[in-house]
Amino acid sequence: MNPYNYLYVAGLLFTIGAIGVIVRRNAIVVFMCIELMLNAANLTLVTFSRINGTLEGQVTAFFTMVVAACEVVVGLAIIIAIYRSRRSASIDDASLLKR
Amino acid sequence: MVTSSSLVYLIALPLFGAITLLLAGRRADKWGHLLGTAMSASSFGVGLYQLSQMLSRPTEERAIGQKLFTWIDVASFQVDAGLLLDQLSICFVLLITGVGTLIHIYSISYMSHDENRRRFFAYLNLFIAAMLLLVLGDSYLTLYVGWEGVGLASYLLIGFWNQKPAYATASKKAFVMNRIGDMGLSFAIMIAFATLGTVSFAGVKEASEGASETALTAIGIMLLVAAAGKSAQFPLQAWLGDAMAGPTPVSALIHAATMVTAGVYLIVRSNFIFDAAPTAQLIVVIVGAITLLFGAVIGTAKDDIKKALAASTMSQIGYMVLCAGLGPAGYAFAIMHLLTHGFFKAGMFLGAGSVMHGMNDSVDMRRYGGLRKFMPITFITFGLGYLAIIGVPPFAGFYSKDLIIETAFNAGGFKGILLGSITLLGAVITAFYMTRVMILTFTSPKRWEEDQHPHESPFLMWFPMVILSIGSVTSGLLFYRGDALKNWLNPVFGDHGKDHYEEHLFEPIVVSAMALTAVAIGVGIAIMKYQLSEIDAVAPQNVSIFTRIARKDLLQDSFNESVFMRPGQVLTRLLVKGDENVVDGAVRGIGRTALGAGATLRRTQSGFARSYAALILIGAVALIAGIWVVTL
Repeated sequence: MNPYNYLYVAGLLFTIGAIGVIVRRNAIVVFMCIELMLNAANLTLVTFSRINGTLEGQVTAFFTMVVAACEVVVGLAIIIAIYRSRRSASIDDASLLKR
Repeated sequence: MVTSSSLVYLIALPLFGAITLLLAGRRADKWGHLLGTAMSASSFGVGLYQLSQMLSRPTEERAIGQKLFTWIDVASFQVDAGLLLDQLSICFVLLITGVGTLIHIYSISYMSHDENRRRFFAYLNLFIAAMLLLVLGDSYLTLYVGWEGVGLASYLLIGFWNQKPAYATASKKAFVMNRIGDMGLSFAIMIAFATLGTVSFAGVKEASEGASETALTAIGIMLLVAAAGKSAQFPLQAWLGDAMAGPTPVSALIHAATMVTAGVYLIVRSNFIFDAAPTAQLIVVIVGAITLLFGAVIGTAKDDIKKALAASTMSQIGYMVLCAGLGPAGYAFAIMHLLTHGFFKAGMFLGAGSVMHGMNDSVDMRRYGGLRKFMPITFITFGLGYLAIIGVPPFAGFYSKDLIIETAFNAGGFKGILLGSITLLGAVITAFYMTRVMILTFTSPKRWEEDQHPHESPFLMWFPMVILSIGSVTSGLLFYRGDALKNWLNPVFGDHGKDHYEEHLFEPIVVSAMALTAVAIGVGIAIMKYQLSEIDAVAPQNVSIFTRIARKDLLQDSFNESVFMRPGQVLTRLLVKGDENVVDGAVRGIGRTALGAGATLRRTQSGFARSYAALILIGAVALIAGIWVVTL
């Protein structure tokens, strides 16, 4: 199978993720879209690793997954804390830094 | 040179008086005038002692000096603060302290109703100290300190009654015009140091022998600018008339007898420079000649008795400057006229003060008249001064002015005839306006108001006038007899001071006859015009254009205003506008740009995380697109 197809899929996933981050207001959905973009990046790394026949890309993908897991822990904790205090998970409501 | 440690007391005594009186404030109100007078008198005493010491020494050892302290010690720039008392300075010391003491005595009575009399005496003492430093300094730099000191004292005393805005303006005008002259003196000192490497009189004298004529001419012209500023000579003469705003004793001491003659002292003291710079010397003569006629013409048109006398002072100093510009032949005669003028003009100013005292401080001569009967002592003393200034033998002015006219005629060739004629013409006009003053004030019918009660002044006021009038009678003959003053001053002017004019254009007796004829003409015209005809109590307005111009001081103020003051004001306004618009504009513009940029950029910080994300995305895409385009 042509490995370039994986790259197209990765590009598609990244675009969907990026549009989701910009368009959606719900913090959980935005968070999921970010995960989508990270995984798109992972997919590219693995694909290029396969194309070039090296292992660095696959190793980096593991690192990304670990970082993403940590990020999920912290990010979800923040979202829940905001939800508790403001009764809203809308990302536009949390624009307090402006003032 | 012989050194002496007692010279400093000449200056220290009046300086002590000034400082004490200024520091003591109102506590000194009761005895301030006595201390001031005592300090001046004791300085005069020291001066007399120095004269007696000087007379006891042989001619070549008469000049003595005193080094006070090392003033400036920077590489090749070495200046000691030192004093020099020679035959020339002693004349000035005795004139300043002698006339000064008499005027202190006069002021005790004249200023007795002024609540600030103590401050007046403090300033007078300050003036005496500064003027003595001026004539005793042994270098141009020391002289400069005294020069500035007398300028300050003059400013303070002209504006003594500064509660009147006009008087405050007059003092400011005098100060500003003097600054122009002071600038000339500082330039002269700088040029002297740059080209000759020294600023002491002895050093400059030595170095001037091998110096280039250009440098000496530059120094000479700058010294002349200084002299013109201080001595109210053309073209810096306009301040003297307004300086009459000061109390009359000040006019007598500073603006007649001493300070205004400092310019003549400077020129005579710098004789070695002017002797080697004929161009500068010629300009000195021209300035003197112009001023002598200028002042005399103004004098004919003034109805204010003090301003008439001020114009006369200007004119008489013109005589001295002209004579000093004639070189070695003239120096001694310039000083002689300076000394006799010091007596008779100070005496006449004190007389004018006495008249004002009796006439409720009115200065308008058209409102005087017939005062001879009411003020006999003032009339006699003023009259003796009058006879001296117009040059009637055997009064002082006859000898000194006659010698100047003679020296002018002997200047040689066309120049001599021209200068001689100018001095003779000056003598005619002097005789005319002084006779006019006499007639308007003393001998014509009375024109004063009914509520004025003219009376003779108290003893303390007429006593100095009597002493000064004795001086104006005798001093001329005293200095003239056997060339006494000339021989006395000769060592100061070096060897070339002796018999310089070989050729006589006219015999001295002929010159005297011409001078006396000139005086007779002037007096005659004045008597015809004022004694034998009615005098208006108010100055007539339907007069010729010449009279009008003369009344306006020959347009000196209009000239200065239109040529210097108004363009100066325009320039200042332009500079202020330039400062506000360009300099301030640039500074404010930078601030405004920063503020505006901040305000615009602030809008991007909306606080919406999604817009930040979008911006990051756009930025990343743009970056990648850029790299892609570049590497393609």
